[in-house]
Amino acid sequence: MLLSGLSRYIPVLVFMVLAGVIGFSMLYLGILWRPKRPYKEKLSPYECGIEPFGDARERVVPRYYVYAMLFLAFDVEALFLFPWAIVFDKLGVFALVEMVLFIFILLIGLIYAWAKGALDWRY
Amino acid sequence: MGVFENKLPANIITTTLDSVINWGRKSSLWPFTFGLACCAIEMICAAAPRYDIARFGSEVFRPTPRQSDLMIVAGTVTLKMAEATLRLYHQMPEPRYVIAMGSCAIAGGVFDTYSVLQGVDKIIPVDVYVPGCPPRPEALLFGLIQLQKKIEQKRNLVREPIVVNT
Repeated sequence: MLLSGLSRYIPVLVFMVLAGVIGFSMLYLGILWRPKRPYKEKLSPYECGIEPFGDARERVVPRYYVYAMLFLAFDVEALFLFPWAIVFDKLGVFALVEMVLFIFILLIGLIYAWAKGALDWRY
Repeated sequence: MGVFENKLPANIITTTLDSVINWGRKSSLWPFTFGLACCAIEMICAAAPRYDIARFGSEVFRPTPRQSDLMIVAGTVTLKMAEATLRLYHQMPEPRYVIAMGSCAIAGGVFDTYSVLQGVDKIIPVDVYVPGCPPRPEALLFGLIQLQKKIEQKRNLVREPIVVNT
């Protein structure tokens, strides 16, 4: 039988339904016979056997944020440099000037952050 | 309680399902990484290729109680550790099993002192005791097989038999 049109995708449909049924039954068939006896100790958060204390939402030094932002900027810069480096000899002088300009703009940002004291790790 | 847990009458379907469930449980007992003293070295040996606990489906040592079925208490349980042991046992999901490995875990061993718990069965229920100081890996594997035999006899869907006291 030659399948044509949308009916060519019937195997895909069968596959999706089968995958769904198998996945669903693997996850939820256990509800029928697994023991379920929740109590306070069992549900308590696991911290290597120690009594959990404190809040999970810890305070973080905001300096990390500045570092993360700076890292992101230079990470993306490196990301742009790689494809440019690969086709460097085909693009010529124009791309070189563009790239230097791009790095220069980011460099101004770095100098600004430096002057503002974002790179100092002092308390 | 589960929906059908110990609620169905015994017939060919339910008992067969029971044995399939038990087969699944006994063939993938994931131990909890719980080495407390020198017995842990023998436990590690049992997991290594020479003795190869993977032959019995128990090679997946889990570092969290949430994913483990079997707590192998391997070594001396000090009173300070007993508190953590109890909490970790409670944090394991059911069905959960305990093997007391070595003289110390069974009854305190040579450490009949103020700081050592005289047997882990004082705080948690133990399924299988593996004696030795420390037990050889073969002994631990034997204990594991004994536990598997114990699991085989459990009833999951089928009602427990009514015991009449006479």
